Amino acid sequence: MTEPQSALITADLVDLDLPSANRRAAVGALAERLQKAGRVTDLTQFLADIEAREQQMPTGLEGGIGIPHCRSAAVTAPSLAFGRSTAGVDFGAEDGPARLVFMIAAPEGGDTDHMTVLAALARRLVRKAFKDELLGATDAGHVADYIRKEVGA
Amino acid sequence: MKLLAVTACPTGIAHTYMAAEALEVAAEEAGHEIVVETQGSAGSTPFTPEQLAEADAIILAADVEVRDKDRFAHLPTVTAGVKKAIGGAAGLIEQAVAAAEAAPKGATGSAAPAEPQLAVKQSGPGAGSKVRGWLMTGVSYVIPFVAAGGLLIALGFALGGYQISDAPSVTQSFSWTSHLSWAALLFQLGSLAFGLLVPVLSGFIAYAIADRPALVPGFVGGLVAVQTHAGFLGGLVSGLLAGGLIFWMKKWRAPKALAGIMPVLVLPLVGTAVIGGIMFVVIGQPLAAVTTGLTDWLNSLSGSNAVLLGALLGAMMAFDMGGPVNKAAYAFAVAGLSTNSQTALLIMAAVMAAGMTPPLALALASTVRKKLFTEAERENGRAAWLLGISFITEGAIPFAAADPFRVIPSIMAGSAVTGALSMAFGSTLRAPHGGIFVVPLIGNPIGYLIAIVAGTLVSAALVILLKSAGQRRSATTTESAPAPRAAAHA
Repeated sequence: MTEPQSALITADLVDLDLPSANRRAAVGALAERLQKAGRVTDLTQFLADIEAREQQMPTGLEGGIGIPHCRSAAVTAPSLAFGRSTAGVDFGAEDGPARLVFMIAAPEGGDTDHMTVLAALARRLVRKAFKDELLGATDAGHVADYIRKEVGA
Repeated sequence: MKLLAVTACPTGIAHTYMAAEALEVAAEEAGHEIVVETQGSAGSTPFTPEQLAEADAIILAADVEVRDKDRFAHLPTVTAGVKKAIGGAAGLIEQAVAAAEAAPKGATGSAAPAEPQLAVKQSGPGAGSKVRGWLMTGVSYVIPFVAAGGLLIALGFALGGYQISDAPSVTQSFSWTSHLSWAALLFQLGSLAFGLLVPVLSGFIAYAIADRPALVPGFVGGLVAVQTHAGFLGGLVSGLLAGGLIFWMKKWRAPKALAGIMPVLVLPLVGTAVIGGIMFVVIGQPLAAVTTGLTDWLNSLSGSNAVLLGALLGAMMAFDMGGPVNKAAYAFAVAGLSTNSQTALLIMAAVMAAGMTPPLALALASTVRKKLFTEAERENGRAAWLLGISFITEGAIPFAAADPFRVIPSIMAGSAVTGALSMAFGSTLRAPHGGIFVVPLIGNPIGYLIAIVAGTLVSAALVILLKSAGQRRSATTTESAPAPRAAAHA
């Protein structure tokens, strides 16, 4: 399957063995993938924006999910980088570390059309079947295909 | 049931939509319809006027200010953080349904959106139904405690006689073959469950207002109300105070270093210290003085007109059901028993009869006028029959906590009638409690029964009258409201 550059997520934005030493390591690894894909222009700026959101309130959610996210001037297109951790990364959820990490990057002045794809993604995150599929996946290309199919982008 | 919800979060790209999805799934599972307005970065579709008019309640799950709140000022509202909606959507749906049931029927469909000039004036009823929603949440959690605890106590009495309350603790002596041991076990378990009644009420009222961080201050405030004998009215106060305080504190902009531990540590810690302190010092101490004053006053009344004394004691028994006024009347009667005088036996009989009336009256009212009560209240009404005949006045607490200004005066009037009649008929009692199980010890049991039935009828009639008057008033403005909707189909 071809991977259009404008797609929400591509295979190179999937890390099925996410560095899990701590939150910063995990976030840094995913952010670098976004930068390599040309979706983030200024890595330092982007990481600062992600951290600022994290400080407002931790983005860890019950059920082993972390969703570091921000709107940032350093982002060129709505993007998702996905990481899976066997050991888990602490994102401040009350029930323990996150095994699925979704880094959601939104451009600062993104118009609503571009944002609907992120909204559709967020809605999938609370579905058990969606999480189960990602927990069981073995291939980065398959993960990207699956997520794009689910959110219709 | 038709529900609305608004979700909103600071960034507007993730939590807003996750919360919306979680609420939609939870509503569908519970068999309700829901429409969610996502105030996020992907744009939001505002509710239509029809949706606003037909809705029964609204959930605001937001960490930022919800836009255009006055559109739904007429609806019972449940407020929560956006994360709460993701993790605990089912609980929020439950709260919204409880809030809708608590609101007077018809008032919710007041078609306010079609007449915007009315909507502004609606802030009064809106606030009122908000408070009722909070109280109903507390009440809905407390009802199982009342039913389970009360029935255990009643079973203890039935099996072991009225003196079972003086039995030694089952941790010290328990014999597998002694029925008295089993009776003591049931009684003591029931008493423990009853000890949780006021803390649970207080805790879940606070929870309904300000979510999880308010739970600890609410519960501990309720425990202090128990310790200071402030009764369930004290529990209502501590629950509302704790919820209000935490709700206000949540608006603080905490320094970054503290932000992460605000909900799990700072809010519960500070909230509990403040609420507990207030309950002990500001409310507890004057209350102790009031109780002493009431007791002295009652003692000074001995020798006055017996029927009037019966009426007064009866009204006191029903006023706060376990609070200081009730305790003063009850302690006055029990203290008299040791003197063994005829007057003391008359007073004891009047006090117990008056304490049996409130649950019976509300059981009766919720049976004959089902529509005036919520589903939860009707269920409590079924247990209240048994609690009433067992002299477990607390059976009426859920009703009184949900609607204090209508229920308390009604049951006071009925209990006053019962107390006065019991005195007039010359019924006597030498046991401090036991209800129906001590009938053999009652002098003139027929008169006693008549007194109880008369008071029950008076209270039930008054409750029905006051509740329907309240509903009619709120219904007059909503004559054109749509006919009752069919049950939700998802």
